[in-house]
Amino acid sequence: MKLSGKGLPVTKKILAKASGKEYVESGEFVEAKVGMVMVNDLTGPLALDAFEKLKEKKVWDKNRIVIVLDHQIPADSVHSAELHKRLRRFAAEYGIKNFYDVGRGGICHQVMVEKGHVKPGVVVVGADSHTCTYGALGAFATGIGSTDAAAVFSTGSLWFKVPEVMRINVEGNLKPYVFPKDLILHVVGLIGEDGAIYMGLEFTGSTIKKMGVEGRLTLCNMVVEAGAKTGIIEPDEKTIEYLKGRVKESFTPVYSDQDAKYEEELSLNVEDLEPQVACPHSVSNVKPVDEVGDVEIDQAFIGSCTNGRIEDLRVAAKILEGRKVKDGVRLIVIPASQEIYLQALKEGLFEVFVRAGAYIGPATCGPCLGGHFGLLADGEVCISSTNRNFVGRMGSPKSKVYLASPATVAASALTGKITNPKKFM
Amino acid sequence: MKCLVLTVVEGRVLKYGDNINTDVIYPGKYLVFTQPEKMAEHAMEGLDPEFPRKIRDYGLVVAGKNFGCGSSREHAPQSLKYAGCKCVLAESFARIFFRNAINIGLPIIECKGIHSKTDEGDRLQIDMEKGIIKNLTKNEVLNFKPFPDFLLKIFRSGGLISYLNLKSKTT
Repeated sequence: MKLSGKGLPVTKKILAKASGKEYVESGEFVEAKVGMVMVNDLTGPLALDAFEKLKEKKVWDKNRIVIVLDHQIPADSVHSAELHKRLRRFAAEYGIKNFYDVGRGGICHQVMVEKGHVKPGVVVVGADSHTCTYGALGAFATGIGSTDAAAVFSTGSLWFKVPEVMRINVEGNLKPYVFPKDLILHVVGLIGEDGAIYMGLEFTGSTIKKMGVEGRLTLCNMVVEAGAKTGIIEPDEKTIEYLKGRVKESFTPVYSDQDAKYEEELSLNVEDLEPQVACPHSVSNVKPVDEVGDVEIDQAFIGSCTNGRIEDLRVAAKILEGRKVKDGVRLIVIPASQEIYLQALKEGLFEVFVRAGAYIGPATCGPCLGGHFGLLADGEVCISSTNRNFVGRMGSPKSKVYLASPATVAASALTGKITNPKKFM
Repeated sequence: MKCLVLTVVEGRVLKYGDNINTDVIYPGKYLVFTQPEKMAEHAMEGLDPEFPRKIRDYGLVVAGKNFGCGSSREHAPQSLKYAGCKCVLAESFARIFFRNAINIGLPIIECKGIHSKTDEGDRLQIDMEKGIIKNLTKNEVLNFKPFPDFLLKIFRSGGLISYLNLKSKTT
């Protein structure tokens, strides 16, 4: 229930609560209590470097630290093997049970939500920029650095600047071949790469109400691409249903005051929205798919913390079923977690992918950040369901990455050029 | 509190544009390295492979808006710091980069107009606490809003870890 109060949006209310205050103002610095902190195999080792410089090497709460190996797994080099070993030892030494080794978890953000480490109404931080994903469950979730993470390991709290909040109200039904990914690309295209810099975004409206939790996760995942600190959606019955059986502790959802004040407001109607594509080399260089032109592709990738969930794989499988990936194109499909992997296996989706000529990879960030596999050569073009298309992001600085929904990626893999999924659905 | 870092820095400007992201500041393929000298070698490699050599002479980076956007990788500000960058000045910063720089003790300044009013090679003298940038080449002065007290405390300690260590000593 929304109560009239001090005019605070949910973003600020959670921060106020975590800082022991009734009210916070935009721009104010607060020291907030953290409900959960996460590091991964690339940001974790630097956090340990910082932690080891602390005089008191004690962790504040071993049950509120999550460590996930996901970026460079399984180890592709002795360097990454050493990083993994170091994190394993740290987890063992400090009794950290929420340690997700190779084969036990998957991509950190998916693991955080599916293993119940995120609950509504609390502050969750992670040493990875896409930590903002968990705002979809009504948490104040934001990406931090490794030194920040070390400070949280030790003190359980962290400094924050209270963000200004922009409300994005979305109305209308998405067309059957248009997805939450298209909506967030559209938003980033509208407001720009720094359009929400330092701000919190709150999504409201009938489109969001109708959207499932997976779609909401995709939406909040990419707010950082507009510079935002957080993206949040008030919890509702869909959120509570998703959390059932996952979150073991009790929680108190927090909602925006009825008289909440927003520094900025954006109103969208998405009835006519077409599939969107972010063109090289900026996430804000967004066009409707039919206006991208004739772009031939070498690689297509479905996966990542943005779009590697079961619904994404189902949509892709629906498009690929009984069809073949175009000769000369390689399609890589990577489920975001072990849980999703198993579900896709049970549903027979892998058979569809393999018969279509796709390569299925193990749950990892994989090609998204151009780390250990699936890289692009000079002049190659990839269409990807991921979140960034910066120069060199996926390999050669002379390659190009286009971002789109899993449906658009699957359709493009079939035709060999960037394609509206409409004709396959 | 004793000040552990220099609050006045001087150097010459290496100039870059808007939206310089962490993937070009420190490409993903080098994230497995955590040694300072290794990180320094690859600083800004995605944009300017000559950077590590040049920054030792120049010392300062001036950029446009949204510097450090993208990933949370602390390797990005660390690589700049270890390569010899004494201060990054920009129209605006992506927020995680901003926190990371403060937390590791890399001086960072948000100053409107800095990009249009400086040229590559200009010699600047920056007073972090007073909020003054003197362009010694152009004989001009620019002002910026110094850090609020809260951040200044962390900055003066040399970063978040030293700040926490000093705090635990005094309590």
